[in-house]
Amino acid sequence: MVATDGVSLEIAQGEVHALIGPNGAGKTTLIAQITGSLPPDSGSIFFVEKEITRASLHERVRIGLARSYQITSIFRRFSVLDNVALAVQARSGSSFSFWRPVADETELFKEAFTILQDVNLESSQHVLAGNLSHGDQRALEVGLALATRPRLVLLDEPMAGMGPEESRGMIALIERIRSRVTVLLVEHDMDAVFRLADRISVLVGGRLLASGRPQEIRANDEVRRAYLGDEIAA
Amino acid sequence: MKKNIFLTVVFLIFPLVMQASDNLFYVSFASRVMIYALAATSLNLVLGYGGMISFGHAAFVGTGAYVASICVAEGVKSAWLGWPAAVAAAALAALVIGAVSLRTRGVYFIMITLAFAQMAFYLVSSMKAYGGDEGLTLPSRASDLGNEVVFYYVVLFLLSASLLLLHRLANSRFGRAIVAIRENETRAEAVGLPVFRYQLACFVIGGAVAGLAGALLANHGKYVNPNVLHWSQSGELMIMVILGGVGRLWGGAIGAAVLLGLEHLIADYPIAWLERLAPNYQDHASLGVGLVLLAIVLFAPQGLAGLADRKTRGGNSAAA
Amino acid sequence: MLFLLAAGLTLVFGIMDMINLAHGSLYMLGAFLASTFVALTGSFTAGVLLAVAATAVLGMILETTILRSLYARDHLSQVLATFALILILNEVVRLVWGSDAPLPMPGALSGPVELLPGLRYPAYRLLIIGVGFFMALLLYFLVARTRIGMLVRAGASNREMALAMGVNIRLLFTLVFGAGAALCAVAGALLAPLLAVQVGMGENILILAFVVIVIGGIGSIRGALVGAILVGVVDTIGRAFLPLAFGLFFQPRVASAAGPAIASVTIYLLMAGILYFRPKGLFPARG
Repeated sequence: MVATDGVSLEIAQGEVHALIGPNGAGKTTLIAQITGSLPPDSGSIFFVEKEITRASLHERVRIGLARSYQITSIFRRFSVLDNVALAVQARSGSSFSFWRPVADETELFKEAFTILQDVNLESSQHVLAGNLSHGDQRALEVGLALATRPRLVLLDEPMAGMGPEESRGMIALIERIRSRVTVLLVEHDMDAVFRLADRISVLVGGRLLASGRPQEIRANDEVRRAYLGDEIAA
Repeated sequence: MKKNIFLTVVFLIFPLVMQASDNLFYVSFASRVMIYALAATSLNLVLGYGGMISFGHAAFVGTGAYVASICVAEGVKSAWLGWPAAVAAAALAALVIGAVSLRTRGVYFIMITLAFAQMAFYLVSSMKAYGGDEGLTLPSRASDLGNEVVFYYVVLFLLSASLLLLHRLANSRFGRAIVAIRENETRAEAVGLPVFRYQLACFVIGGAVAGLAGALLANHGKYVNPNVLHWSQSGELMIMVILGGVGRLWGGAIGAAVLLGLEHLIADYPIAWLERLAPNYQDHASLGVGLVLLAIVLFAPQGLAGLADRKTRGGNSAAA
Repeated sequence: MLFLLAAGLTLVFGIMDMINLAHGSLYMLGAFLASTFVALTGSFTAGVLLAVAATAVLGMILETTILRSLYARDHLSQVLATFALILILNEVVRLVWGSDAPLPMPGALSGPVELLPGLRYPAYRLLIIGVGFFMALLLYFLVARTRIGMLVRAGASNREMALAMGVNIRLLFTLVFGAGAALCAVAGALLAPLLAVQVGMGENILILAFVVIVIGGIGSIRGALVGAILVGVVDTIGRAFLPLAFGLFFQPRVASAAGPAIASVTIYLLMAGILYFRPKGLFPARG
């Protein structure tokens, strides 16, 4: 079974690039290959001129490639602040420090708090992550990805399971961060996609069907037939 | 704070009181409890904090015990040489075993650590030069630590130092990383933590401290035999950790004290009415241990809360 | 025989996702019960059959009372609880029977059988091989060809899905466990005349059974079979040839000491090696 078939994708620095397509089209597989949890059978992946096809998950994070998960994956029994603080800790130097209490590292927590402000979670900093509302947990997902100070962040359906109000919040969040970081956005919410994306790529049946500016994609007959259909008014 | 000072004083003057009242047996017993507390604490680091269910921990205790014994047997009588050697040997064993085992997860990890422990058991049993099945008797304790009271203080010192280390470790960057990996390994890796490295380090540290416990154990009884490495010993250490509280600083120590204390009470203090009810009940102490353990697992998982369903203190973060 | 234990274990693990350390204790119970029943009935066959039935029933009782509450728990809880069961069962057996209970080999089978001219093989061992073979076929047939087998396989590879499709999981689990217990009892009863029937016999073989299913892949009967054969072969070769090989390279004293130890270690090395390259065993049932 071929999940991703001859996909060639190019993401420009500083853009918000959306990846859309029906379920099972291979989007998550592609993300897994890009971030390193799934090795591709063939082909190569380049990140800022460097080949990362064989790099491990954490190595890719170190060079600036971060990800948020479609199914929320956070540290449920840590507080919100500690969640992000851990990501900051991972980024800033080695964790082979055995003696000094982390609580002493005020810089660490300051930075973590800044990120919480970015994702609008600063008021829940001491709440246990597992006790957050769904929307807040999705925001924390993004926060964790941001804490690693990535150059490219992959957001895997950040709006999954969100109501209209929460979705608006997430859209605003992505608008806020786009100046700092390149975004590869996988989403089903067409409203958000067409509002945010600089370019859109369409994945159907493991193949890249089309790639271009939103207007082009919207007008593309093949895409409309395969995926958009009546989903969006022209 | 007052409670801590009180406890410290008790621990410090205890042996002197016992010596004065001619009850040296209790001093020796206390040393033994503390040694097991050390071993259980080392397992607590790996199991409780690190989330790695290692069924082969006894192998590291045994390695330390044998290396320390062999040193004395071969004439190297100084504890300053023998004990660090034991720790180093155990750490090395943990490094090798960990490097291979940590590539697996879940039950496979449990099995492979178990298998390695069995390997060590068989290997040691076949070392005819050092007693084989029957074990090795030491002519004396290292550095002539024959005095029970002195030995007690040595063990007390080492145990305290280790608990202090664990305390600092738990609150350090390393501790956080390890607990995060235990909580959500994928996420930990996805924020940039090289998971394998940290798990291995944790495993090795646990193994090293276990080796120290082993060295002390061998010196305490002036005897060591392959049973120290048997997987049922790993099981017993696990019971101690569970009893005392997984992932909690004093978990190993409390568990060891309770388990050994109970075993001693049952064995040496017959209860008349129980005796009438079930003659020879003392021979079947394991039954009681088994029932208690089962009860804890089924009905009172607070001890297991560390792994399954952690309650935290006051809404602040994890890490005990 | 190892296959029988391994098959039961892999099923329980694969379907119920439960690490059952007490599996070896069921094997022990089978042996002890067989010893009693054979003595009572005077017939080897009847005694063994009764023992198998009794163990299966006991196993199912155990499942419905204690083990059921462990399915949802994490692996550590399961390990500890079943470890506790080992302790308890060991002592209970000791209370009821004492530390061991001999089971003599049935007279009719104790002599050797001439397989080929000049090649004699103990009849009893032939019986064991035969039973093992027969059970393997039976299990294969049940699992691969019948409806129940299909349910079992579905449960092993995707439990949530099976539940969602309305399979009566509780009953299925109980039956599977009972079957596993029965397999243990067959192994225990049949091996009893050959090995000593004593408290603690379960633990040694338990580890081997776990090694087998880990090598074979959890949840896979085929894996259990392959694993058992592999383990048996490696163990035999190891014990036969390694001491000789050692003798070639080392002085006799070292060789005679280290040889047997290394031999018993070969199985573990095999497992470690396989896990290194295939961290989920040879035929993992789960995707």
